[in-house]
Amino acid sequence: MQHDSFFFQALVYLTAAVVSVPIAKRIGLGSVLGYLIAGVIIGPAVLGLIGEGGQDIMHFAEFGVVMMLFVIGLELEPSLLWKMRSSILGLGGMQVLVTSILLAVAALIAGVHWQASIALGLTLSLSSTAIVLQTMKEKGLMKTDSGQSSFAVLLFQDIAVIPMLAIFPLLATQAVNSYDDHQTLVGSLPGWAQTLAVLAAVASIVVGGKYLIRPVFRFIAQTRLLEIFTAAALLLVIGTAVLMTQVGLSPALGTFLAGVVLANSEYRHELISDIEPFKGLLLGLFFISVGASINFNLILESPLLIAGLVIMLMVIKGLVLFSLGKFFKIGIDQNLIFSVSLAQSGEFAFVLFSFAAQNSIIETNIINIMVAVVALSMAMTPIVIVINEKLILPRFGTKEKVERESDTIEEDNPVIIAGFDKFGNIVGRLLKANGIGTTVLDFDSDRVEILRKLGLKVYYGDASRHELLHTAGAEKARLIIIAFDNAEKNISLVATVKKHFPHLKILVRAIDRPDAYELLNTGVNEVYRETIDVSLRMGIDAMRMLGVRAYRAHRAAKTFLKHDEKALRELSLMHKDKKEYLSAARQYIAELEELIQSDDTDPELERDAGWDIDSLREEVNKAEQ
Amino acid sequence: MTKVLILFAHPALEKSRVNKRLIRAAENIDNVTLNDLYEEYPDFDIDIKREQQLLTEHELIILHHPFYWYSTPALLKQWEDLVLEHGWAYGSQGKALVGKKLMQVITTGGSARAYEKDSLNKHTVHEFLVPIEQSFKLCGMICLPPFLIQGTHMLEDDEIEIYAEQYSRLLQNLSEDKYDYNEMMKYKLTNELL
Repeated sequence: MQHDSFFFQALVYLTAAVVSVPIAKRIGLGSVLGYLIAGVIIGPAVLGLIGEGGQDIMHFAEFGVVMMLFVIGLELEPSLLWKMRSSILGLGGMQVLVTSILLAVAALIAGVHWQASIALGLTLSLSSTAIVLQTMKEKGLMKTDSGQSSFAVLLFQDIAVIPMLAIFPLLATQAVNSYDDHQTLVGSLPGWAQTLAVLAAVASIVVGGKYLIRPVFRFIAQTRLLEIFTAAALLLVIGTAVLMTQVGLSPALGTFLAGVVLANSEYRHELISDIEPFKGLLLGLFFISVGASINFNLILESPLLIAGLVIMLMVIKGLVLFSLGKFFKIGIDQNLIFSVSLAQSGEFAFVLFSFAAQNSIIETNIINIMVAVVALSMAMTPIVIVINEKLILPRFGTKEKVERESDTIEEDNPVIIAGFDKFGNIVGRLLKANGIGTTVLDFDSDRVEILRKLGLKVYYGDASRHELLHTAGAEKARLIIIAFDNAEKNISLVATVKKHFPHLKILVRAIDRPDAYELLNTGVNEVYRETIDVSLRMGIDAMRMLGVRAYRAHRAAKTFLKHDEKALRELSLMHKDKKEYLSAARQYIAELEELIQSDDTDPELERDAGWDIDSLREEVNKAEQ
Repeated sequence: MTKVLILFAHPALEKSRVNKRLIRAAENIDNVTLNDLYEEYPDFDIDIKREQQLLTEHELIILHHPFYWYSTPALLKQWEDLVLEHGWAYGSQGKALVGKKLMQVITTGGSARAYEKDSLNKHTVHEFLVPIEQSFKLCGMICLPPFLIQGTHMLEDDEIEIYAEQYSRLLQNLSEDKYDYNEMMKYKLTNELL
């Protein structure tokens, strides 16, 4: 097989990821470092399985960052963004400004001319959204002070890339001739028209996301074809990215915006779980290509220079972050996590460096060295974080409580209801009426639409996918109520929940008796047959119309229910063996026979002897004789 | 060692101040079983077999409840009606409870003063307890003096805490046979022993 065939490439990348990531994770290094190591191993430095192709892959894999920002946007509600505005502008703005100035001054002192110094300062001030967020998520730090502050800074940086791309041509030392204007649709237009096009593109995302996308998704959802929904989700992300590129904006920012617009929609959870696997794989690919792109020859030529630059870069960035963290009153250990995590330069540096090279702002040999420095700083990040965690943090006794009340990104309700038709909605209404928060998932897009109009928080999605349960907050919920109108779906969801969220208590709807047997045999005890209670109520009323006293009829039904539930559990055990040789119909008749016979013979059905004075009367009469 | 069974009846424990604390104090004491009736039988559908089994397994039975219209909450009355069956608890064949001890732990909203002959309720708590105690005496049981927490509407938190501590100590002592029952019977209230 040829080295450059698609399947061979896929084989190399996937093998590298599948082998190195679990190992890295097991020994506590985190998945990002695992991918990076995989990249180094398959790259030109060690095995040389991927060579020049790495650069193309990197370009492709950058799309993982775009998807990540889409998912981040989806998880963010606009109100939350507004709440964070001071830390985004304050902390983020200060970080970019101060770091850029310090790094530019350092470059100036090192003898780089001033335009290139500014470009270097700006470029290197950006951190790696991909590495930091991935690591923070993995460590469950997103909701802590350090996670929130990191997120604010990264968000500002992602936005700052756009003006940077605009400033760079102004720094060009030679006449600008290589700016790829022809790549965008609007490049040939005059300035005011370009601005207009940008505004129109942003407006179309906001308006389209609010009014157009939902009916379209609803239409697609009605087809009940899961893969088409996934395709539509991908199309949405890619479409937004292309639109943004065409008007010269960052695709990452565009998809982030699209995500925020859709964050309040009922398709939020489903979109997240659809995009998540693609995002994960592409990000992994991105990290692998960063690892592979580290030029070891260059490093070996001047190891001290490069090591010095990496250390200097990370120390300067870290110190700026730490001082800002202190200024913004982040607790000491959270501040350490925050400043250590963000102390590298990020993937945008590669983009900006190639842009700077095109514009001849920075000399090529400096860029080559700096690319290696940036890649190394990214590779060092997981290591530095581990060092901080294992060696530095334990020395500070002030470990803060990680839990914080506000700023919830995901739903935190104690109950998840999967399936909200006539059955689930009564359960949901009872709970809601008593102030118990529920997150509702349903697969019927019409119903979801109606319920949302009524102001209920209902999400569209296939609850049997564990990613969706995850985004619905299954980790924090205490109960899950499984109430689909479909026995197979309920049973498969029980299996999913047991496998991925064993802490959740399960209450499940059974459609009929055989279904109940099967559910009981999966080990769930809380099985609710959908008609038993109402049939008994009907029976009570029938008895009353025939002249039976109300309380007697009521208690008879209670007794019957208890007896029947007991029989159900006993028969479920036999059902296991029987179903192999009895046809469904014969089985049903046999069971009914069994049930009715046991009703006849069970002394339990006649109870409440305390209200029965027969024996007392007998004794009194005997005494009189 | 004596095995103690608390039959606790409170239809709205979530709203209670005193009983909530008392019941917390009664939890997790060796050889003391707490049977929370309203939690066990919210639909009044008492499992008679289970209840009789519990009575058989324990030596000292405590009826713990707020005083509702000079008597027990409805479910505890239902419990008496159904569990104390003829032929099991009383009658010529009913000997299951003979020799066991009974104590009542009762909270009353009114103060001790309100339960005097010349006061609001015109009768003492002991007079009101006659029907309940006689029911168990008919079953051959021995009734110990009650433990009363009175004037609950006016109790401060620290006072409730004292009662809770006393209750916990009482249960501990009863289960460890620290009291001589004959000696106990000389007191009007078990409170006097604590």
